[in-house]
Amino acid sequence: MLNLLLSRLATAIPSIVGVVVVTFMLTRLLPGDPAAYFAGLAASPQAIAEIRTKLGLDKSLPEQFVAYVGDLVQGNLGNSLSTGQPVVTEIATRLPASAELTLFALIVAVAIAIPLGVLAAVKQGTWVDHLCRIVTTAGVSLPVFFTGLLLAYVFYYLLQWAPAPTGRLDIFLSPPPDITGFYLIDSMLSGNLETFWSALRQLALPAISMAIFSLAPLARMTRGSMLAVLGSDFIRTARASGLSPRTVVFTYAFRNAVLPVITTLGMVFSFLLGANVLVETVFAWPGIGLYAVNALITSDYAPVQGFVLTMAVLYVTLNLTIDFVYGLVDPRVRLES
Amino acid sequence: MTAIPALAVEDLSVEFRTRSGVVKVLEHVGFSVDKGETVALVGESGSGKSVTAFAVMGILDAAGKVTSGRAMFGGSDLLALSERDLAEQRGRELSMIFQNPRTALNPIRRVGRQIADVLVRHGGATRNDAPRAAIEMLKKVRIPDPERRAEAYPFELSGGMCQRIMIAIALACRPALLIADEPTTGLDVTTQAVIMDLIGELAGESGMATIFITHDLALAAEYCDRIVVMHAGHIVEAAPGRALFDHARHPYSAKLLAATPGETVSLDALASIPGGLPDLRRPDLPPCRYSGRCERRSEACDQPLPQRTVGEHHVVACWNPL
Amino acid sequence: MLPLLRHARYVLSENPVTGLAFGLFALFLAAALFGPWLAPYDPLQSNATMALKPPSAAHWFGTDQLGRDIFSRVLVATRLDLTIAFASVILAFMLGALSGVAAGYFGGWTDQIVGRLADTIMAFPLFVLAMGIVAALGNEVINIVIATAIINFPLYARVARAEANVRREAGFVEAARLSGNGETRVLLGHILPNIMPIMMVQMSLTMGYAILNAAGLSFIGLGVRPPDAEWGIMVAEGANFIQSGEWWIALFPGAALMLAVFCFNLLGDGLRDIIDPRMRT
Ligand SMILES: Nc1ncnc2c1ncn2[C@@H]1O[C@H](COP(=O)(O)OP(=O)(O)O)[C@@H](O)[C@H]1O
Ligand code: SF4
Ligand SMILES: [Mg+2]
Repeated sequence: MLNLLLSRLATAIPSIVGVVVVTFMLTRLLPGDPAAYFAGLAASPQAIAEIRTKLGLDKSLPEQFVAYVGDLVQGNLGNSLSTGQPVVTEIATRLPASAELTLFALIVAVAIAIPLGVLAAVKQGTWVDHLCRIVTTAGVSLPVFFTGLLLAYVFYYLLQWAPAPTGRLDIFLSPPPDITGFYLIDSMLSGNLETFWSALRQLALPAISMAIFSLAPLARMTRGSMLAVLGSDFIRTARASGLSPRTVVFTYAFRNAVLPVITTLGMVFSFLLGANVLVETVFAWPGIGLYAVNALITSDYAPVQGFVLTMAVLYVTLNLTIDFVYGLVDPRVRLES
Repeated sequence: MTAIPALAVEDLSVEFRTRSGVVKVLEHVGFSVDKGETVALVGESGSGKSVTAFAVMGILDAAGKVTSGRAMFGGSDLLALSERDLAEQRGRELSMIFQNPRTALNPIRRVGRQIADVLVRHGGATRNDAPRAAIEMLKKVRIPDPERRAEAYPFELSGGMCQRIMIAIALACRPALLIADEPTTGLDVTTQAVIMDLIGELAGESGMATIFITHDLALAAEYCDRIVVMHAGHIVEAAPGRALFDHARHPYSAKLLAATPGETVSLDALASIPGGLPDLRRPDLPPCRYSGRCERRSEACDQPLPQRTVGEHHVVACWNPL
Repeated sequence: MLPLLRHARYVLSENPVTGLAFGLFALFLAAALFGPWLAPYDPLQSNATMALKPPSAAHWFGTDQLGRDIFSRVLVATRLDLTIAFASVILAFMLGALSGVAAGYFGGWTDQIVGRLADTIMAFPLFVLAMGIVAALGNEVINIVIATAIINFPLYARVARAEANVRREAGFVEAARLSGNGETRVLLGHILPNIMPIMMVQMSLTMGYAILNAAGLSFIGLGVRPPDAEWGIMVAEGANFIQSGEWWIALFPGAALMLAVFCFNLLGDGLRDIIDPRMRT
């Protein structure tokens, strides 16, 4: 188990190095004078010069890189121009909002896509199968920001089932005590059902928008891998042993079929984290995506860079976790390492 | 010997619908197995042995369809049973083991559990007793250190070990009929013998009927009472092992035997028979599917095949038998 | 060629949806080519008296907050959206196919470098990386194209690498080498043309994604700038009016966007069935 963890960690190191190098390069690519960029539009020449020395832009590239890595190690991502706050703290306070949204969306997507994929495979070639194909293709074709708007229009403006698409909580409620940063969990822990309900209602539409977008890879993978498994030798053995269709499909086929689906989660997260930015913009969700978009609009560069870096590190960590979980679930990997 | 058939297959025909047309894989296949008897089903690869077994078990692919026939077993026709009733019988009254034992087992389930699953399903043990009963089965198929092996996954075991697990699964509920589809293909020679002896012994103990599918005539002769020869979806000859070896009547059987030097020498003989199997998609297949390869072919061979009884329990489907 | 056509007919009859996709594609192509002439109004002409009018006989898709005709804007935007997506796909193809083929053919350090590059890109959530690239390169349409090409690069490189690797030892390559062709000639003249069909499939499959990506970037204010007509930015403008019930401003450009992506996704699937039936999942 420890071996498994260590071997997976080792594979993540090149990714992290790559991410750091790329984010470093991105700051050097800034058109014109990066110092002017970081100093903001209205900065005086002295301020720009100051920034230049502070960022070390007057030094050689390797020196700059070392300084950059040094800053990262100390958790220094610079300060936001518009608020003057350190980017690290701002991202840290906003991260739970994004994480809650993304994970909730993932749960919704998995809850729909996997049964859909299994059904499509078991009923291969029937209308259920075709419907699954059309629904999932339509799902990936919907721009996630457009889905969000449509849902807001229908469920907020027309039907008034959903609350106004602004933020994580009804404006008259105060947030639950900060335990995990996830409103759903924190409100439950503090036994505040009203807050829980409000948080859930706020979360529903943005999460569904994101879930619809990520249905397709999950459902298709489930279908494909389920079909492959259903055609395999050991399923024939299971049927020849008279095991009930339920046992054959769920205990025997599904548990095997789900393994490749776990691997697909990496791609799904890439989808979700990208969609997250757009959905946060639509629903005024106070997460890091909205933070980055606002910073982009005001040409406030440090937050954008911090955001890209955070997302990449998050993504690498997620992939690592997925790999690790896969190793735990599949005895062939678990026992071999 | 009063023969009571455990399984009697009559007039079984199976078609597969494929992209390139309908394949008539089996045509009017008929044979029977008596209680306590071991019958070999031999024929080269692609002759329809597995499809016969799958049809009887009711586990054909979705593309395969039984177009005629009966398979009488314990007073009922297996081919007419509902999927539900048939599933009740499978694994309890009739069982099957396959070639490639390593892929025939669920790769992510402990082998003990896989045996227990069958026991629980057919009432052979309660959920609580099943693990112990599974270990008992492992002992029965002579797996050393059964308590520990029950916790193993298939990838941790050798091919021979996996085949023993398969046998344990198949025999867990003491079925009346076992179909063993090339159970030793891919195993080394020593393991082959061990597995065959094991099956023979366990079958003898319980008076179980066994259909042993193989393309190895020598193996068939060694372990079986009777041999049924298949060619391109037809049964061309059925005879007691001795009778077949002494005097094979069908030209195809004779070729098979000629290619098998001695009863004890195992040889993949069938590859050396000239010509190939006919294309079963052809709409104008001749009545005798061997005629394209046959040296004794005559005018008469264009008539529907006869079933000639040429000795005690010895039947041949040929116009000009040897 | 003839069997391929027959197979195409077979696939189309098996799957009429692919036929539908081809029809839609023709429609979008026409809109991209002739949009400016077909549009009933000037897409940039504002008209304060006509602001925020719902769809009517005169304005099929209604008008926006500046009184511009949305139908004309949606129509005219087709060219920009498709051009961005198409250019980025071509660029990704050129970068990816060339380096992928070289990696698969030469192996060794070429392979190492290309592989590492692709892995590094794949270490980012792709849309986020695209955001970062456009932010760094500057807020221009061309940078959307570049960013979208970069995030699609690994896909092309991987497919091309695998294909080239398989073909490296193939007979026709051997023959070309023996008849005195240099490595580069073999690569460009013999291997690349052979992997074209599979790259075409890849291109149509990524086209939909490229459109979505570009529209997403302009939705958050990157690349295309008002008053230019582009679907993503039009949806962004319409977003401000959804809460007050003016649905048509966002709906029509959004629907056009969706339909275009849907069309390319179906097309990609269909093309894959036609060119390589084995790849079907
Ligand atoms: N799923 C299938 N689809 C189409 N044809 C099949 C299928 N399964 C078996 N067949 C055909 O049935 C014939 C007999 O196959 P099989 O019973 O497996 O032969 P064997 O005697 O080697 O066990 C073969 O010619 C094969 O092509
Ligand atoms: S029936 Fe005729 S063709 Fe067929 S095996 Fe007998 S002799 Fe040969
Ligand atoms: Mg077989």
